[in-house]
Amino acid sequence: MSTMLRINRDKCGYCGTCVAVCPEDALELIDAYLSLERECIGCGICARACPLGALEVVHEE
Amino acid sequence: MKSNYDILVIGGGPAGALAAKTAAKAGNSVCLIEKRPAIGTPVRCAEGIGKELLKEYIKPDPRWISADIESARIIAPNGTAIRLDQDRAGSEVGYVLDRKVFDRELVWQAAEAGADVIVKTRATAPIMENGAVRGAKVLSAGTPADIRAEVVIAADGTEAQFARRAGLETVVPLREMMSCAQYLMTDIDIDAGSTDFYLGNEIAPEGYLWIFPKGDRTANVGIGITGRKSRDGSRAKDYLDRFVAKSFPNGKTIEAIAGGVPVCRPLACTVADGLLVAGDAARVVDPITGGGIGNAMYTGRLAGEVASTCIEAGNCSKESLMPYDTEWRASRMGTILERNYKVKEYFITLDDTKLNTLADSIASISFSEFSVAALIRELIKRNPKMLLELKALKDTLA
Repeated sequence: MSTMLRINRDKCGYCGTCVAVCPEDALELIDAYLSLERECIGCGICARACPLGALEVVHEE
Repeated sequence: MKSNYDILVIGGGPAGALAAKTAAKAGNSVCLIEKRPAIGTPVRCAEGIGKELLKEYIKPDPRWISADIESARIIAPNGTAIRLDQDRAGSEVGYVLDRKVFDRELVWQAAEAGADVIVKTRATAPIMENGAVRGAKVLSAGTPADIRAEVVIAADGTEAQFARRAGLETVVPLREMMSCAQYLMTDIDIDAGSTDFYLGNEIAPEGYLWIFPKGDRTANVGIGITGRKSRDGSRAKDYLDRFVAKSFPNGKTIEAIAGGVPVCRPLACTVADGLLVAGDAARVVDPITGGGIGNAMYTGRLAGEVASTCIEAGNCSKESLMPYDTEWRASRMGTILERNYKVKEYFITLDDTKLNTLADSIASISFSEFSVAALIRELIKRNPKMLLELKALKDTLA
């Protein structure tokens, strides 16, 4: 099973809250573009912290 | 782009601007880089600052002051309001800024002092040599470059990735990250001279909702809740939307922003070989109010001063830079941060019933001095039945 982070770009406010709580330094906010730069471990902390509900960890078989 | 400077500052907010200005005035070659294409935008801030604190760094100017505040109100879950007037509220009342203009003014002053300013330039990693920071690898509008420096001042805000990549622990625990949303609203009925803070677990769990006036019928209406209280259907935006629908159904939102405010303790150490960390990146945000502009300017300026001294002495080791860390910790700011952290840890344990009891006990008081310490003393005096649990609060005054 693998995990991936789904970023809803219509909801995202490009604020960087997720970047500061990510234990893996996997996220990067590049101006108005949130990018997954390194491997996501699917912990879901970023999705919890997001003020707008723009992030979702998706588990795939 | 020059590739060698005495000092490289990462981030063009208040901490970075004060660091760059101070270091340039001391005669150093300074480069300030900002990853965004414009200084001051997008705003990630409720824009409030105490008047006296602000004046320590810059002369107030109507060009970047949106509102002059005369009083503050803390509103308990049951509607009880504790009102604090300007002459008594001291640092808790002040100005609401226009950060888009304010931040540009600060960076303009850094540029005027001689610092180079480069926007749309992002530090991707520190240049490390023998364990010491010696500059940054950057992407400047997509073009890779190395900028070398004797000292790097990391003022990259909440994200704090530069210090992290240089080996410092900067990750904010979920329970200590305030997840925030804010609307700049107009055509709303507000008291243009009062900042309002709404407390309660229904309205803003483990945080508060604010109304900071930006002029007549216009205000920053925002909310912060802790990350651990944030879930689908009960996120910062959901709480804010519910409050706005009830309180300002006919208001117009002309700007919608989000943001994260760290309310953890400051970094365990804010220096490393060749590196100083300032502002939100150092986690020097007031844990009660979430205010960070003044502390950012203070630590930015101090970082610029200490970096300048060390460069002149020809030694930018961690040991040599350590007076920066020691001085801010021993300062008034350092003392208040530690006390307010403990007070915050107590207040987030209170349910609405206790919040109401405490608010009711002091609502009628005319404070001769308003400060967190005075507030705590009154709460302890007037709530003998809660003495046991208020002991934790009392201990913060020791």
